[in-house]
Amino acid sequence: MIRITNLQKSFGPLHVLRGIDMTISRGGIFAILGPNGSGKTTLIKSILGMVIPDQGNLVVNGESVSGKSAYRAEIAYLPQIARFPENLRVCELISLVKSIRKEPADYEKELLDAFELQAVLSQKLRNLSGGTRQKVNILLSLMFECPLLILDEPTVGLDPLAMIRLKEIILRRKAAGTTILLTTHIMGLAEALADEVVFLLDGRIYFQGSLDDMIRQSGENDLEHAIARILERRKDSNSASAPGKSFLNKMIAAF
Amino acid sequence: MNKFITILSGILLILPFAVSGQIVNQRTGTQYRQLKSAIQMAGDHDVLLVKGGFYEEGNITVRKPLTLRGTGGPVLDGSNQNEILTIKADSVLVEGFIIQNVGVSYMKDQAGIRLYGSRGSVIRNNKLKNTFFGILLEKSVHCKVENNEITGNAASEVSSGNAIHLWYCDSMLIRANEVRRHRDGIYLEFVNASMIQENVSENNLRYGLHFMFSDDDTYLKNTFRNNGAGVAVMFSNHITMDQNLFANNWGASSYGLLLKEITDSKITDNKFQQNTSAIYAEGANRCLVTGNDFIRNGWAMKISGNCENNTFTQNNFLSNTFDLSTNSKQNYNSYNGNYWSEYTGYDLNRDGTGDVPYQPVKLYSYIVDRSDASIILLRSFFIDLLNYAEKVAPAITPASLVDSSPLMKPIP
Amino acid sequence: MLKILKFTLYDLLRSRWTIAYFLLYLICAGSLLYFSADPGKAVISLMNILLILCPLVSIMFGVLYFYSSRDFVELLLAQPLPRNSIFTGQYLGVTLSLVTGLSLGLGIPFLFYGIFVSPELMNFGTLLLSGIMLTFIFTGIAFLIAIKNENRIRGFGLALIVWLFMGIIYDGLILIILLIFEDYPLENFVLGMTLFNPVDLSRILLILQLDISALLGFSGAVFKKLFGSSLGMLLVTVLSILWVLVPYLFLRRSASRKDF
Repeated sequence: MIRITNLQKSFGPLHVLRGIDMTISRGGIFAILGPNGSGKTTLIKSILGMVIPDQGNLVVNGESVSGKSAYRAEIAYLPQIARFPENLRVCELISLVKSIRKEPADYEKELLDAFELQAVLSQKLRNLSGGTRQKVNILLSLMFECPLLILDEPTVGLDPLAMIRLKEIILRRKAAGTTILLTTHIMGLAEALADEVVFLLDGRIYFQGSLDDMIRQSGENDLEHAIARILERRKDSNSASAPGKSFLNKMIAAF
Repeated sequence: MNKFITILSGILLILPFAVSGQIVNQRTGTQYRQLKSAIQMAGDHDVLLVKGGFYEEGNITVRKPLTLRGTGGPVLDGSNQNEILTIKADSVLVEGFIIQNVGVSYMKDQAGIRLYGSRGSVIRNNKLKNTFFGILLEKSVHCKVENNEITGNAASEVSSGNAIHLWYCDSMLIRANEVRRHRDGIYLEFVNASMIQENVSENNLRYGLHFMFSDDDTYLKNTFRNNGAGVAVMFSNHITMDQNLFANNWGASSYGLLLKEITDSKITDNKFQQNTSAIYAEGANRCLVTGNDFIRNGWAMKISGNCENNTFTQNNFLSNTFDLSTNSKQNYNSYNGNYWSEYTGYDLNRDGTGDVPYQPVKLYSYIVDRSDASIILLRSFFIDLLNYAEKVAPAITPASLVDSSPLMKPIP
Repeated sequence: MLKILKFTLYDLLRSRWTIAYFLLYLICAGSLLYFSADPGKAVISLMNILLILCPLVSIMFGVLYFYSSRDFVELLLAQPLPRNSIFTGQYLGVTLSLVTGLSLGLGIPFLFYGIFVSPELMNFGTLLLSGIMLTFIFTGIAFLIAIKNENRIRGFGLALIVWLFMGIIYDGLILIILLIFEDYPLENFVLGMTLFNPVDLSRILLILQLDISALLGFSGAVFKKLFGSSLGMLLVTVLSILWVLVPYLFLRRSASRKDF
């Protein structure tokens, strides 16, 4: 479904993605994990065409994506933060997205009920609380039937009930055959949902495989500790090459 | 071409015969084919009725008091060579003629109608076309020029004459004429105690009306449009200028009214509209300028430093680019009691005049004076800032040149 | 693109900023007409206001909108839409909402005054046209600044500097050059300089209407040719359109290369 080869991206001096090779096949939930600044969001945005890679190739459904837009009809995206045009009503925003995508919003009704959004439909977006906004955000991205679902920190600001509902929905979609890509800080969520994890560290894929494999590899009992262990190890290797900036030092560290 | 000439000469040959019998001496009842012979045969104060026709008889001279009355538009043609009608007698009346194709000469001032040394003659209701000089009056008194329409085709100042030209005259009346496309519309040199009234003078190369060395004259209710300059009054005294319209006199050295070496004159109730400069004054003294409307001119008034003791009051200055510019730091004139649309002061005591003085001279007008390309910055915010700074602390503009009692409302 | 335009307009026409902008012009135009009773005078005063306010508001509001709609843009970018249509839609949406505020704010008082039967119609039309032109130009520049500068403070600062430069400093520079080199024939140079500043272009378009009498007092041959015929009007219009197009094309280029 998605094939990424040697994806590189830097923002100024910051080398965010340093050669990502990754394949995501059809079906299942993929969790992209990694510490802050590891390039999760950049990776997702590259897939969506929002970030233009310096190098590498990105193929979605057999087609290279660079400079194209039509392929995004196959993708639903839930962005991380969502501040929408203040003076639009919720229903107007929904109809805008619907009119752009030109496809039936099969799940609109279900989502409206699940997140109890009927009541706010005619409200202006600036009057919504953060949580409600996130619910609207979820609605906007999940209301279409799409083969690929990309969720960037989907649970931010959600109350427990909404969180449970969201999980249910995600699982239901997976069961219906949708490929789901998500990033999250909440390891519990990843554990509960992911079939496969991709762990990014310093712009590279540190690990890709099943959850169990990852935990086993790190020798810990759960995901949280596994990740903590990985990060600790990195810290050690970084401090071993303390000034650690020059190319030479990096080379040494690599050995 | 040949054919054309044949036809043309045919027409010219046939015409005098075709119109024969058109001239009638009213007293004797005699009929004439030629104007010249009719005039020759007429007695003093006879009336010659000219009923239409085309007369191409070279120069026609009248040396006795006569009435020449055209009906049905008789044409006097000068073949582009001659002066057409020359009058050297008193009490001649010429009316109802079409007078055309005056010869252009660089040696003589040839005219459609010339009066020389005449008293009490009247030229009225004639149409003059393609003239060099239109009506030329020399050394005449108590004559009237009324309701004539004079159109030339002046191309350059040297090769063109004036539509109505008066020289050494007295007590003349020039009324309700329409003059266009000459050098000057109406020109007066050494003409005293005369009245210029209700004329329309437009599209003349130089001036719509031009006074030189003429005193005690009045011009009233005339319209001056699209001339090089509307009216020029030079080296003259005691001129009254009342209720005239000066409009659209556009150009770098173009003025609505140009005053040069003029004293003791009155400029009242005129309307100056969209002229590059409405009034330009140099060496004007003891003049009264009142009741005038200055609307949308480039410069409402350009008053040079050698003008003294003039009074400008009760005028309306409406939306002019510049209300006043002067080239001097001193001011010897009075500008009190006008309405200035640019004025932004207030009137707390409600007496109808603003409580802070108005400074009609802006710094920017000095800048434009120095570098005329800076006109391109007109109405720029930067220029407004400069003007404001100068207004607060005058450094270049004459500090004493203010209207200390600016009106809050325009004079109706 | 039209959808983005439509919804941007929906959003902005209800924005407090647009309404405030509309009210500002409404009050200015209304009170000027009411107090001066001379529509010609009102047009001139409004011109002074417009030449300063219109670029300022357009550039600041453009930058503000661009920054504040970042998230919304991300949502849109994830949709099957080409980038060009998103930014063109937003650009036109912002421009048209400002143009609406401007046109209604100026138009309503003048309509009540009876502008359609007034000899000032042409002048008012030119005023409105200049305002619209300036809005297009400066919103375009604003978007360009905002898209090129992630740092918002930098973006706002740059916008302010551009406005200050084009609205005030530029003319000051021209004046200084004119006065320092007053012995040299600088007309064409100065004329050329003014053509590179959109504020000056609009100003010239207006003074061609309002102050033609004074402009014709200028002796320079090139000026005369320009001002004395419709050539000046034509040139100014063409250049203004270029000033709309060039930032817009740069915006398109930047948009297609930008990372979000």
